[in-house]
Amino acid sequence: MVTDLGGWGVLIAVVGGAIRVSTPYLYVSLGETLTEKSGRVNLGLEGTLVMGAMSAYAVAYLTGSPWLGVLVAGCAGAGLGLLHAAVCNLPRVNDVAVGIALFLLGTGLAFSLGKPFIQPVAPRLPSVALGAWSAYPQIRAALEINALFVAGVVLAALMRWALAHTRWGLIVRTVGDNEDAARALGRSVDLVRTLSTAVGGFLAGLGGSFLSLYYPGTWNEALSSGQGLMAIALVIFARWNPVRCFWVSLLFGGATALGPALQSVGFTSNYYLYGAAPYVLTLVLLVWSSSPTRVLAGAPSELSISR
Amino acid sequence: MSAPPRVEIVSMTKRFGDLLALDDVSLRLEPGTVHAILGENGAGKSTLVKCVMGYHRPDAGRVVVDGRAQAITSPRRAHQLGFGMVYQHFTLVPSMTGAENLVLGAAGLPAIIDWDAERATIERFQRRMPFQIDLDRPVSALAAGEKQKLELLKQLFLGRRILVLDEPTTVLTPDEADQILGVLGEMARENLLTVVIITHKLREVLAFAREVTVLRGGRRVGGGRAQDLDRDSLVRMMIGTADIPEPAARDVGPPGSVALGIEALRVVGDTGITAVRDVTLEVRAREIVGVAGVSGNGQRELVEVLAGQRQPESGVIRAGGARYRPTRGAMRRHKVFVVMEEPLRNTCVPGMSVAENLAFRNFDEPRNTVGGVLLSRRAIRRQALERIDRYRIRTEGPDARLETLSGGNVQRTVLARELSEDPAVLIAQNPCAGLDWAATTEIRSRIVTARNAGAGVLLLSEDLDELLELADRIMVMLEGRLVYETPRETADAHIIGRYMASHA
Repeated sequence: MVTDLGGWGVLIAVVGGAIRVSTPYLYVSLGETLTEKSGRVNLGLEGTLVMGAMSAYAVAYLTGSPWLGVLVAGCAGAGLGLLHAAVCNLPRVNDVAVGIALFLLGTGLAFSLGKPFIQPVAPRLPSVALGAWSAYPQIRAALEINALFVAGVVLAALMRWALAHTRWGLIVRTVGDNEDAARALGRSVDLVRTLSTAVGGFLAGLGGSFLSLYYPGTWNEALSSGQGLMAIALVIFARWNPVRCFWVSLLFGGATALGPALQSVGFTSNYYLYGAAPYVLTLVLLVWSSSPTRVLAGAPSELSISR
Repeated sequence: MSAPPRVEIVSMTKRFGDLLALDDVSLRLEPGTVHAILGENGAGKSTLVKCVMGYHRPDAGRVVVDGRAQAITSPRRAHQLGFGMVYQHFTLVPSMTGAENLVLGAAGLPAIIDWDAERATIERFQRRMPFQIDLDRPVSALAAGEKQKLELLKQLFLGRRILVLDEPTTVLTPDEADQILGVLGEMARENLLTVVIITHKLREVLAFAREVTVLRGGRRVGGGRAQDLDRDSLVRMMIGTADIPEPAARDVGPPGSVALGIEALRVVGDTGITAVRDVTLEVRAREIVGVAGVSGNGQRELVEVLAGQRQPESGVIRAGGARYRPTRGAMRRHKVFVVMEEPLRNTCVPGMSVAENLAFRNFDEPRNTVGGVLLSRRAIRRQALERIDRYRIRTEGPDARLETLSGGNVQRTVLARELSEDPAVLIAQNPCAGLDWAATTEIRSRIVTARNAGAGVLLLSEDLDELLELADRIMVMLEGRLVYETPRETADAHIIGRYMASHA
C-alpha cells in the first residue's frame, strides 16, 4: 500500500484539517452574524467559546454523554449572550466595551471552574467515516466528519433562507438596519437584540463544545487561541452572509491546519511561523477588505462600527 | 376601501419636566380633508402628533374617533385605529426591497413568508394606486421622491386611513413635492384618506391644505379654512409679535477677483462610488454662489474635501489664486472658513465649553497662549464673551458645554467662530436647517454681510428658497455633476427643480 502522497498529502491534510478546524469558526461566525444583523456587536464570543468548551467537557465527563455536554455548552453560551444583551440594554452602554469585559469574564470563569477537568478524560463526540471507500489512510483521516460540522453547514443555509423568508428574519434585519423603522412598527428593539445575542451566544457555545469534545478533544487553558476573536473578523469578511461565513470558515480552518499538515509530512522547520497563518490571514483579509474612504458594503447600518 | 373616521383631538396637554410642551390644544379632523399643522420648531407640532400616535402619554386631553373616546396607549393601538405616520427621516429599511418593506409592517405577518402570494397581493393593491414604483429594488437605490411614495404606499397597504406626514417635502424637489401633495389631496377628495401635514412651509399650506391649525409655544394660536387666510396673517400667527430681524441688504456692484477656484474635482464617496464628478467652479469675492440639489448628490463630499476632511481623487483647488490644500496652515493663510451641516457631529465638540469651541480656529495663535505653549484661559474666555455678545448666542455663559445650547445657538456659535476673522472664502452647507424663523433670518443676514465685506461664499443648500434669496448665481448639483447654472436675475424655482430631479 502506498502511504506517501508527497505534496498531495499536505493538500489532503489541509483540506481535512479545514473541515475539522472550521467548525468552531463556523458556529461562532454564524452566531455573530445573527447578533450583528440585529445591530449589536458581541466581542465576547471568544469567552463564550472557551466557556462552552469547558462546560461541555465537564458535563460530558460527569454524565458520560457528550451530546448532553453540547447542549449545556449552548445554554452556557446563551447565558453569556443574555448577560451581554442585558447590560447593553441599559442606556448609554457601549456594546464593544461590554463585549471585551465578557470575553475576559468568560475565559476567566472557564479557567477557574475548569481546573478539576484538565486531567480526566471525557467521552468524545462520534464522527462519521465518509472516507471509508479510500485505501489511503490520509484520505480516510481527512474525511472523518463530525455531525456538528454537518449541522453547521445546514444551519448556515437555513439562516440565509430564514433572514429573507421568515417574519423573524425580516424583523432582525429591520432592527439592525433602521431602529426607527422597527420602533415605528411597534417592535421592541431591545427584545429583538436580546434574543439575537442569546441565540448567537448559544451557537458560539456549541462551537466551544466541538473544541473540547472532538478536535483537539481535550480541555486545557490554551484550547482556543483566539478562534472566537478571529471568527468575529471573519463575519466582516463574509459581509454578514451566513453562507459566505461557511466558505470563509473553511479558509480559516485550512490556514489553521497548515502548520500541523506540514508537520505530518516531516516538514518541521518554522512550525510556529506556520501556526501564525490564521492570524496573518485575519490581518491581511481585514486590511484588504477595508478602506479609509469607504463604508463596508452590507454592514447593518445600526452597528456601532457603521455609524 | 372604507372611508376614514372622524377624529377629534380635545384639550391635549403634555408636560416635559418644567416645560409645558403642549397646552390645551384641540382640533378636529374631518374625513377626507388635508389639514396642515403649522408652526416653528419647538411649537409643539411633533409633541401633538406623538401624543395622538401613542408615542407620548398626554397629561390631559383625549382623542375621539367616530364619536368614541379612545385611550391610545401605544403606537400599535394608534395603527389599529387607522392612524399612520410618515416621518421626515424615512422609516424604510434601506437594505430591503420595496416589497419586503411593504410586507414588513403587516399586522398578521406569518412566521414563514410565502413570497409568491405576498407579491400577488401587492400587485393587486398597486394597481388601484395612482402611482407605481419598482418594488424589487432595494430602498437604498430609490430616489428621495420614490422613497416618499413608497412610504405612502406602505401606509395605505397597511390600511391606515389617517395619515400624519412630518415635514413631507423637505427632501423633495418642488415638482416632486407638488406631485406628492397633489396625489394626497386627490386621495383625500375621494375620501380614501384624511391627511395631516406638519410643516413650516407656507406655500404648501396655502396651495394644498383645506384646514390649518397654527401652533406657537405649545398653544393653538389660530387657524381655520386655508382659503380665508393669507401669507402675512399665517406668519404673524406663527412667529408672534416678537421683532423679526430685517434681512441684510446686499451691496450691488461687480464681484471682485476669484476667491475660490475648483477645477475638475473628482471625489470618491463612502460607498466607493464617485460622488463628485469633474466639478469646476469659481467663486469671486463679494459673491454668493449657491449650489442647489437634493441631499446625497455629492454636496457633502464636496464640502468635506474643501474642509480637509476627505482626500479628493483628482482635481485642483485654488484659494486667492494660489494652489490650496486644505491643511490648518493653508486655511489660516488663505482665510478659508467652513460652516458644515450638523455642526455638533462635524466641527464642534459637544462636551467642550462654548469658549473652547469658539477658539478652535485660533487657540494656538500667540494672543491666546502664554509663551506660545500654554493656553491662556483668560484670553480664550475674553474672546468668547465678546463673540457671545456680538452674535447674540444664548448660553448660560462661556463655560457651558456646547451640547446644552439649542440648535440655533449652536449654529450661532459656529458662525461666530467662522465669520469673526474676515473670511476671504466661506463655505456653508445648509446653515439654517432646522432653525426657527428668527435664527434663520439672522444667520442669512450674517452670510450676506460677510459677502458684502468681501468674502466669496459657496453656499450649498437643500432649501431652494434660501438660495433664491441669497445667491448671486445658482448652480444645480445632480449625481456629483454641476448640471445647470443661472444668474440670480433669471433663476426660476421650477426650472431649477427640474434639473435637481434629472438631466431634463
